[in-house]
Amino acid sequence: MQAFLSRSGAWLKGPASSRLLVVASFVLPVLLWALVSYVPFLWHPKVLVEEVGGVDYFQVGMRVDRAEFDDQVKEMREAGEALPAGRPANPIYLPAPHEVASALYTAFTTAPEQRGAPWLHESLWHSIQIIFWGFVLSSALGVPLGILAGTYAGFSRLTEPFIEFFRYLPAPAFGALAVAVLGIYDGPKIAIIFIGTFFQQVLIIANTTRKLDRTLIEAARTLGTRGSRLITRVVLPGILPDLYRDQRILLGWAWTYLLVAELIGTSSGITFFITQQARYQHFDNVYAAIIIIGVIGLGSDLLLAALGRKLFPWDQAQKRG
Amino acid sequence: MTQSGLPSYLEQSDAVRERFARIREREVILEVRNLHKRYPAPGGETEALRDVSFRIHRREFVCVIGASGCGKSTLIRTLAGLEKHSAGEVLLDGKPVDGPGRDRGMVFQGYSLFPWLTVKRNVMFGPQMSGHSFDAAERQARQWLELIGLSKFADSYPHQLSGGMRQRVAIARALVNQPRILLMDEPFGALDAQTRSRMQSHLLDIWRNIDITILFITHDLDEAIYLADRILVLKPHPGEVLEFIEVPVPRPRTPAQFSSPEFLATKARLDALIHPPEAEADHDDDSGDKPSIYRLTDVADSVE
Ligand SMILES: Nc1ncnc2c1ncn2[C@@H]1O[C@H](COP(=O)(O)OP(=O)(O)O)[C@@H](O)[C@H]1O
Ligand SMILES: [Mg+2]
Repeated sequence: MQAFLSRSGAWLKGPASSRLLVVASFVLPVLLWALVSYVPFLWHPKVLVEEVGGVDYFQVGMRVDRAEFDDQVKEMREAGEALPAGRPANPIYLPAPHEVASALYTAFTTAPEQRGAPWLHESLWHSIQIIFWGFVLSSALGVPLGILAGTYAGFSRLTEPFIEFFRYLPAPAFGALAVAVLGIYDGPKIAIIFIGTFFQQVLIIANTTRKLDRTLIEAARTLGTRGSRLITRVVLPGILPDLYRDQRILLGWAWTYLLVAELIGTSSGITFFITQQARYQHFDNVYAAIIIIGVIGLGSDLLLAALGRKLFPWDQAQKRG
Repeated sequence: MTQSGLPSYLEQSDAVRERFARIREREVILEVRNLHKRYPAPGGETEALRDVSFRIHRREFVCVIGASGCGKSTLIRTLAGLEKHSAGEVLLDGKPVDGPGRDRGMVFQGYSLFPWLTVKRNVMFGPQMSGHSFDAAERQARQWLELIGLSKFADSYPHQLSGGMRQRVAIARALVNQPRILLMDEPFGALDAQTRSRMQSHLLDIWRNIDITILFITHDLDEAIYLADRILVLKPHPGEVLEFIEVPVPRPRTPAQFSSPEFLATKARLDALIHPPEAEADHDDDSGDKPSIYRLTDVADSVE
């Protein structure tokens, strides 16, 4: 996912033939999905009951296995009772594209089943806020630490071994602890995103800082730059485009921690929406929500890539996304 | 390898001799005394410089030459204050050097321009660091861009310039600080031959027109002779001074002098110092073929 996100700016440009491939990379899976959904003999292991006939436990709209349905038809015929009717269908967890497409709209307009539960857009907004605060807090601490560790060897030796160890601890493992310390609402969720991002962030940014051409620092020193101005006037602007790219990748990671984070304490946000909809078997809404997460993730990354090209006109790599 | 028909590189015309006498009367800008530099290395130390001593006078153009790995970069980086020396003294205007400073400008081989700053802002960097106002720094930068002929590119970024232009900006960026000496570490090494010779003439122009002393590192013999008043020849492992040669080629220099007898005599001497004949023989497997090549070649009869 990171590689995908970090390159995502690239595939919007380029010659027409490659743009065609980009379109195809989205169209092909959808086409496959449509085939499985609309061509009756392709899969359709179930039968959607349209008329109950004499079967007492059938209900209209029920999905039964095809073998079971055929058995019932045979039984009813032998018993001389009314035959049930139905049409081939896929399992409920695979809604057809048009159902998901309409759910993309109706999910926003339908009131939640539970009174007082958040609407979809409220759930989304809540998720985005969790991501935002988790990422901002992590960056506020991780970026300066990373730059210091990348600049001063001593500082690096003091901090990086522990961080290296800590980053192997799975962030969700701290869920219970976070709840105990921070309560059941947003605190522990933000903490999980923070833990999931922060340690990687320090190491990645320290590395990026170390990769800055030493000659630039030496040139600045021969021009009379000393002390903290070496960091603010040379190191920081020197790594800024790469730092920005790192942050984009890390933001992608923060998204992957979101769903875990939202299950901690009282379930909330888009995860709450998805689990609720699955409980009521509204799988079209589940898919709609998943697609919305993807669109927001990819969309924000594309936006940031475009912004990067504006912000860093001198950076050649930025042009490649 | 006797250079029949060539004068000795030690022979100087009256004009050249007088010029050197005048140079020697000028104040000493840079003095290096018994400089040693050792790097820590796995299994002991690498001795990069051993007992290097020399003096450079005001407005002199000195080239340092030597095979790759003989400590040229170490020497110039020590003078710049980017490396600490192990023993000895580096005196600038009689005062010991401690760390990098504005009084010693440096031009690196790689393009060391700040990629995030425009050409003008790169040149402004030094003055701004020394506390000049934005306007003052900008005024100085414009003057220098005028002088190096890059006014049109003031608002371009370094990546939009050719290699030669970038090095011109790097020179301007160092000189705008009005250093006492300009240190240049193979500054034209990455340029193609044509650009390189244009840059050499350009550098001589700048040097003629402002009060600057230049220490210039190269491994190109022609470049050293074309540019320098004196050439410091280093020998490798460890880096030691072999000879400090006074170049007998008169000034002003032109590319036509590349085939003059003084030029060729100096080049032959440098060649002999840098590639000693006995070392050559060690490496030659097909030494049977070599003599015939020498017989065919007449050094005095230049192709050009
Ligand atoms: N930072 C360093 N650490 C250890 N050894 C070094 C370092 N820099 C240079 N050396 C060694 O010092 C010697 C001289 O190197 P250098 O000054 O770069 O030579 P030149 O510039 O003439 O090619 C070489 O043997 C090189 O391996
Ligand atoms: Mg070197």
